[in-house]
Amino acid sequence: MKKLLSIFAVVAFAFSAHAGTLDDVKNRGFLKCGVTTGLAGFAAPDDSGEWAGLDADMCRAVAVAVFGDRSKVEFITTTGKSRFPTLASGEVDMLARNTTWTISRDVNLGFEFVGVNFYDGQGFMVPSALGVSSATELDGATVCIQTGTTTELNLADFFRLNGISYEALPIETNDEGKENLFAGRCDVYTTDASGLSSTRAAASNPDKWVVLPEIISKEPLGPLVRHGDHQWGDVVRWSLNAMIIAEELGITSENVDAQTSSNVPEVLRLLGVEGNYGEMLELSNDWAYQIIKQIGNYSESYEANVGPDTPLEIARGLNALWTQGGILYAPPFR
Amino acid sequence: MRSNLGFFSDEKFRSIFFQTLVVGLFALGLFFVISTTSYNLEKRNIATGWSFLQNPAGFDISFSPFLEFKSTDTHLKVYFVGVLNTLLVSVTGCIAATILGFILGIVRLSSNWLLSRLVYIYVEFSRNVPLLLQIILWYSILIQLPRVKQSLQVLDVFYISNRGLYSPRPIFESGFSYVSIAIVLALISSFLINRWAKKRQDKTGQQFPVFSSSIGLIFIVPLILFFILGSPLSFEHPELKGFNFKGGLVIRPEFIAMFLALSIYTAAFISEIVRAGIMSVSKGQREASAAIGLKQTWIMRLIIIPQALRVIVPPLTSQYLNLTKNSSLGIAVGYADLVHGFGGISLNQTGQAIECMAIVMATYLSISLTISFFMNIYNRSIQFKEK
Repeated sequence: MKKLLSIFAVVAFAFSAHAGTLDDVKNRGFLKCGVTTGLAGFAAPDDSGEWAGLDADMCRAVAVAVFGDRSKVEFITTTGKSRFPTLASGEVDMLARNTTWTISRDVNLGFEFVGVNFYDGQGFMVPSALGVSSATELDGATVCIQTGTTTELNLADFFRLNGISYEALPIETNDEGKENLFAGRCDVYTTDASGLSSTRAAASNPDKWVVLPEIISKEPLGPLVRHGDHQWGDVVRWSLNAMIIAEELGITSENVDAQTSSNVPEVLRLLGVEGNYGEMLELSNDWAYQIIKQIGNYSESYEANVGPDTPLEIARGLNALWTQGGILYAPPFR
Repeated sequence: MRSNLGFFSDEKFRSIFFQTLVVGLFALGLFFVISTTSYNLEKRNIATGWSFLQNPAGFDISFSPFLEFKSTDTHLKVYFVGVLNTLLVSVTGCIAATILGFILGIVRLSSNWLLSRLVYIYVEFSRNVPLLLQIILWYSILIQLPRVKQSLQVLDVFYISNRGLYSPRPIFESGFSYVSIAIVLALISSFLINRWAKKRQDKTGQQFPVFSSSIGLIFIVPLILFFILGSPLSFEHPELKGFNFKGGLVIRPEFIAMFLALSIYTAAFISEIVRAGIMSVSKGQREASAAIGLKQTWIMRLIIIPQALRVIVPPLTSQYLNLTKNSSLGIAVGYADLVHGFGGISLNQTGQAIECMAIVMATYLSISLTISFFMNIYNRSIQFKEK
């Protein structure tokens, strides 16, 4: 009996006691990062089966910060519905999954958003043959909507506010949405504008689809971690900030080596030549250097995954630096 | 040696000891699960409680044939919409599966080689392909139907598209309530006639044409009344306006896919149960009834089926339970049942996973126990009664 009790005690301890996530990740040897089930430009396997995209880069940046190696990450796919339980249960260390930062998620669900890696807004996409030019003309339309998202709530609010009716067709994943939209089961697909661009890019004939001008919500998308583990939150937060600051300072993956002999103090601090910011985060001192070297700065990641030269063709807009007309702003590195 | 094992060799003590041990371990396990859960919930700052049920849902549910649902309604109403949708597909599915299963079970036993082989293939196929795949298959077929603007028109009043089957909706005008009352009265009186006729037949052996007189009562009397009152019934026809058909009745492809998959899958099992039930009635019964000159259809209806039912009903009950529980797969095609609406969307919008799941589980448990309860009553009523 005593033995049994002690077994129970050990199991209970193993379940309840949490060492810091950073230590867990280091001991495990790789990062577990929750991403979408596949949204081109944000996180989707590329031609060679490697996960690529803005969110995938976010995961890799954290892996580089911890291990100095961009391959030390396991991508775990989550649906709009499974993402929060997956994070809360510790199945993943962080989410970088087009997740909108809202007060209820930040406070009530017990998570912590550490920043914004894409400023988005909810839009509508319709077949151009429908001849619709504004979302207010959508009275009576069938709308495909991903369940368990903020967009689902915004949609209800938008139609209620405008006094028009609609019929919701609930779907689970972006792929299901595509399938139903392309088959004509629904007239309209609504999700974050970036997601619409991604869906449109995947259509056999993108010109047959138009994204309506209305943006009906603020959707700041960003990585999040479990609330309460501030050390780990700091690692993820500053991995993102490092990429933004690098863009601000003009450091790219190409010139990062040359920049180590720069005479700008902030550059030297960021690259770990001066100061011991890496140690403060319990990382190696060249963590930010490695992120820039292996992933690139924010702009490089943006242009490669969602920018105007990609099939998604999303201009920088709000996501430009604050110095260039956008609202992307990272706290100073000192 | 004996003194050491004194207590253990006592049968009474031993049984009490082990039963206490089992109960104790169970309680310990339960305590462990509950305390760990509450500890972790607290640690992750996840709010618990039932107050979220009163909060507005904020999202819309379009498939709600019984209750009007708006996004300002509460999560509690989401729950009721879900329960009704679950019951809708379960009840219609059980009825269809029973009818189809009985027909197939009897056909399987037919002496026609081709028919019985065809049923055999059907049964083996649908029993052995996972239900989830069948649901998705039906749905994939249904959304390949023509788009709403190119709807197929059947008999000028039905429209079929990948948005569903649209049909005219009956509108009952003021006088129609008399017709409904007439139908109810006719149903009651045919039930009474049936009882009276049975009693009279038991006593005197005289038969009464119960079937035809009931048909006359139930159909013809209300029909005459209907015309006397000046046909107080009109139809609202669906009309293509803007994006969708407006008006009329609509059956959504999500529901059709669930209904077809559930009833076809379960009918395969029921047909095997029916076949086993019929085969369990000994051959002598059939031969004896033939010997006293009963018609083939009477032999089946009066001799074979009543005896077969005793074998059929208990496993049939568990098929009903299976079908009801399987309806939770509606989430695969976006059918707004209990699991999809309340156990899915509400759960995710509020984050109250444990509460939502507990409610959903308790609901399925209650539905299943209710089905078992009534099927057990029915089962008792058909059991062999010794006189």
